[in-house]
Formats: sequence, C-alpha cells, structure tokens
Amino acid sequence: MARVLVGVKRVIDYAVKIRVKPDKTAVVTDGVKHSMNPFDEIAIEEAVRLKEKKIAQEIVAVSCGPAQSQETLRTALAMGVDRGIHVEISGPEYDTLQPIHVSKILAKLAQEEKTDLIIVGKQAIDDDSNQTAQMTAALLGWPQGTFASKIEKQNDELQVTREIDGGLETIKIKLPAVISADLRLNEPRYATLPNIMKAKKKPIKKVSPKDLGVDTAARIEVLSVEDPPTRQAGVILPDVDQLIIKLKEGGHVP
Amino acid sequence: MFSSSMRHASKSSKFCNHLKRFQSTLVIAEHNNEKLLPITQNAISAAAKVGGDISVLVVGTKCGSVAEQVSKAPGLARILVAENEAFHGFLPENVTPLVLATQKQFNFTHILAGASALSKSLLPRIAAKLDVSPVSDIIGIKSPDTFVRTIYAGNAILTLKSKDPVKVLTVRGTSFEPVLLEGGTTKTEMAPAGEYKTGLSQFLSQELSKNDRPELTGAKVVVSGGRGMKSGDNFKLLYDLADKLNAAVGASRAAVDAGFVPNDLQVGQTGKIVAPELYIAVGISGAIQHLAGMKDSKTIVAINKDPEAPIFQVADYGLVQDLFKAVPELTGKL
Repeated sequence: MARVLVGVKRVIDYAVKIRVKPDKTAVVTDGVKHSMNPFDEIAIEEAVRLKEKKIAQEIVAVSCGPAQSQETLRTALAMGVDRGIHVEISGPEYDTLQPIHVSKILAKLAQEEKTDLIIVGKQAIDDDSNQTAQMTAALLGWPQGTFASKIEKQNDELQVTREIDGGLETIKIKLPAVISADLRLNEPRYATLPNIMKAKKKPIKKVSPKDLGVDTAARIEVLSVEDPPTRQAGVILPDVDQLIIKLKEGGHVP
Repeated sequence: MFSSSMRHASKSSKFCNHLKRFQSTLVIAEHNNEKLLPITQNAISAAAKVGGDISVLVVGTKCGSVAEQVSKAPGLARILVAENEAFHGFLPENVTPLVLATQKQFNFTHILAGASALSKSLLPRIAAKLDVSPVSDIIGIKSPDTFVRTIYAGNAILTLKSKDPVKVLTVRGTSFEPVLLEGGTTKTEMAPAGEYKTGLSQFLSQELSKNDRPELTGAKVVVSGGRGMKSGDNFKLLYDLADKLNAAVGASRAAVDAGFVPNDLQVGQTGKIVAPELYIAVGISGAIQHLAGMKDSKTIVAINKDPEAPIFQVADYGLVQDLFKAVPELTGKL
C-alpha cells in the first residue's frame, strides 16, 4: 500500500463547555481552546501504525479550514505523518462548509495523490455529522469501513471490525477503500518534543478548493444556533428510602 | 445520470415548500430479516411530519415478514420490497445503487431513516451520489426544508434550512413518537430490479451481545454504570437492579474503555442516544459527552459518592452515597 490519506479537523477542545453567541448565529470560537478532533487522532495513529508495520509507505494529512488548521496539521506531522496539505477555507465559506464539500476535496486529493486508503474519524465533535467517510467513499466509488474498531490487511483487502448497534460485525473490503475510526480502534500516542521539532521541518502544501475544482457554495442556511433547554434543578436525597418514595410518586415503580 | 431529474426537482421545490402535499418521502426500513426494528416506526412518524406521500423501502435477503409488519402502519402510499442475496449484511455499497434506482423511478423529495449505525453508514453514501448534503440525527422538522439538530454534543441546537433539491435525513428515534403498526393495509410492490452486487465489500460475521433485557434505545427505564463500578463483575449489581425495574443497562465510555461491558452499551455523543422515562446513572461523573446521550431523559437519578460530580447538575434526584451500598439496598427494597 503506497499511500494513506488522513483527514484531520481542528475543533473546539472536547473538554470546553461551549457558549452560544448572544445573537444566536453560532457558537463562540474566538479565544476558545481548539485541538484536533479526537477521532482524527485515532485515524492518524492507525495510519502511523500501518507505516510502522511497513504496510503503508507514506502518510499525508489533509485539513480543510482557516489558517489555524496548520497547527492541527503540525500535530499530525508530530505524530508521524510525512507531509500535510492545508486546504484553506475561511470566513463565511467555512461557516457553511459541510461534509459534502470536505468529501469532494478529499476525493480529489486522493486521486491526485494516488492514495490507496483514506482514514478519517467517524465524526467531528463539533458538527457531529458522521458523514465524511461515507461520502468520500461514494464519490470515489470505493468501499467503506465505517466505525472501525480493528483493521487488518489481507492481500488486496482489508478485514474491518465495525462497531454496530447490537455489537460488532466484521466485513471485508477491497482496496482502495475509506475507513472511519471509532474510539476503540487504538490509543493515540502523544507527540514527543523531538518529534514536534522535526514536524516543523516537514512540508505543508497550501491549496484552495478552487485549485482542486471543488465548489464550496453553501448547501445550508443557518437559521439559528441556540442553547438547549435547561433542566430544572434537582434535589439531593438523604437515603435510599427517600429515593424510592420519589420513584413511586413519579410512577416509575409500583 | 440524475442531473435532469434533480434540476426538475429543484425548480419545483419552490412551490413545494408551502404545499406539503407535494412532498414524497422514502423511509428506509431497518430490520434483521425477521423483525422490523422499532426505530423505523420513529422514522415513519418523522416522515409524516414532512407531509405528503410516504413510501417505505424494505431491503434484505428475507423481507416477507418485515414487509407484512410495515404494511400495518397507517397511511403509507407504497411499500417497496427488494429481496436479494446482494443485500446480505445490508452493505452500503450494494444498498446504495438500489436506493438510487428507486429514487430515479419515484423522484422523492425526502429520503429518510432512523439514526442507527446502519443508516448513519448508508445515508451519507446515498446523499453523495445524489450530490446533496445530508442532515444527520434531526430532532425536529419545522417545514419540509427546515430541520433542527444538535451540535457540540447536544450543547447547542442548530436550526437549518437545506438548499438541496432532495433532503437526505437521519432522524433521532427518541425525538419522534413511534407510529403504531395497526390499521394499515398497504400492499407491497417490487422495488426496481437490478444487479446490485458490487463486489466491493463482503459481509463476514456479526457478534451481537445477547441479553433478555429491553433494547437500550427503546427502553422505558435505563440503568447505567460508569468508571465507579470498578469492574465488569460489579455490573451484576446493575443487572439485578435492572431486572427489578425491567430496565435496559447502559454504560459510560469510561466503563466501556475499561472493558467492563461491550461497546454497544455506550450511552453518549458517540454511542447511543436514549431518552427513557427514568435514567439511573450509577458511578458516572457526567462528562459532557455522556450527558449528550441521556439528558433528554424524563427523570434522571444519580448515585455517586462525589457530591461535586457534574451528573448532579442534571439529576432530578441525587443520592450522595457509595454505590456498592446504595444499589443493593435499592434493589432489595424495590
């Protein structure tokens, strides 16, 4: 397998309690801690492991987004990715960027870079769409192994164990293919300081969607972004007996 | 190959928006070749909110009994059945061309399914082939082109208008009341025939967790355990409590990652979304990601020895106690 393409997204850090803008147009992102989407770290780790097992020769990371996306790419490079491609998209164009646009970009790059495998996270923790892998596979006409918790290469195929509603399932897909990483695929490594230093010298190519011939015209109009309804404050009960009384009052137990 | 029909759909969508009766929705049924899965009933009810005709597509290797169950749903325009060995394991590579052929024949304005693992895998693939942007896990339908969904692990509610000619949607089961499978008498028809085996992928096996308890996403009561359970063996305490309450058992990511329980029990942003009448969180701190999966539960009970645990901020009733004492006591007294 010559080349693996990994998609990475810069998102608000998973531990941050987000705030909705008072004008209800979006979530506050300025001055808020961002990091790499956790599922994408898992995607990178898997690609790096494939390289360490000599299954893959080169790993290319792609990120679509504003200038700061380069920091996310640097993190990927520090984890063992060979080079980065930054598809610069910012402002209102980025605000309405959807998985369909990212998928078109990834599909185009996969063809240009002669990629055999694309790995992305199963979902970004900001938009929670869970679409990019599936759409990229569709655009390329490749098979997909979504929500992967284990992948093994066998000749020109991948055996993928997937996390499904009732448990696990195993499928076999032909290469080239697209994988989306679930949480339990692996435990991502931390970038060490020497690797972070080395990553600074690794190349990041900058392109625009236009260079790739991808139209990023908005497919949706955001009408509002609002806070979810808040729950009424509850009470702390002194003992199990009081809890049972409350459960009976609520009709939860006879 | 779809461009001409799509252009037509796009022109007419301007008129459709205010005339719900011109909508036509395809619901993709989910089943295990024997039984219809309940989330399809939620999906049909979401389709009814869109308005207009509702068609249901039953695809699989054995569709007879499932189609019969679907036929009892009231008010369906048609039930399309595609029975074919190519659909063994419901591989998206093989099901997608079938849905595209069906779409070509009927020109649906909406293609919709419950937001299950299967549909999350399938519908974006269909959408990409139609060159439309799908909308995932919707919790509300304001009009045929305006949908409500959550973002940032349920911490913000996004209302969006889709500009695409065909709306491809997955719906959150817990947000739509299931339709009752009674009163309907819809006849089944054959879905467009074709060669659907792409050879790109192959289903090998499934390893399903077996238990006699209610299914997690549809259960009226859910008892969940977290890191505080300390071991998989200790989950027996929760199974005993669940048996008393006829409840399903869930878990936090910490409990799954620690290997206490299998992954399909995970409740949260990246696991299952539940909204039971009663949710009992035991030894769960209440991280943002877990709350995303359960905070629409009607009544939330938290049992945790840490009074500062964030779970108490969403709990209706909290018990600050050692779970190893409180849970057996609760089970014993019920």
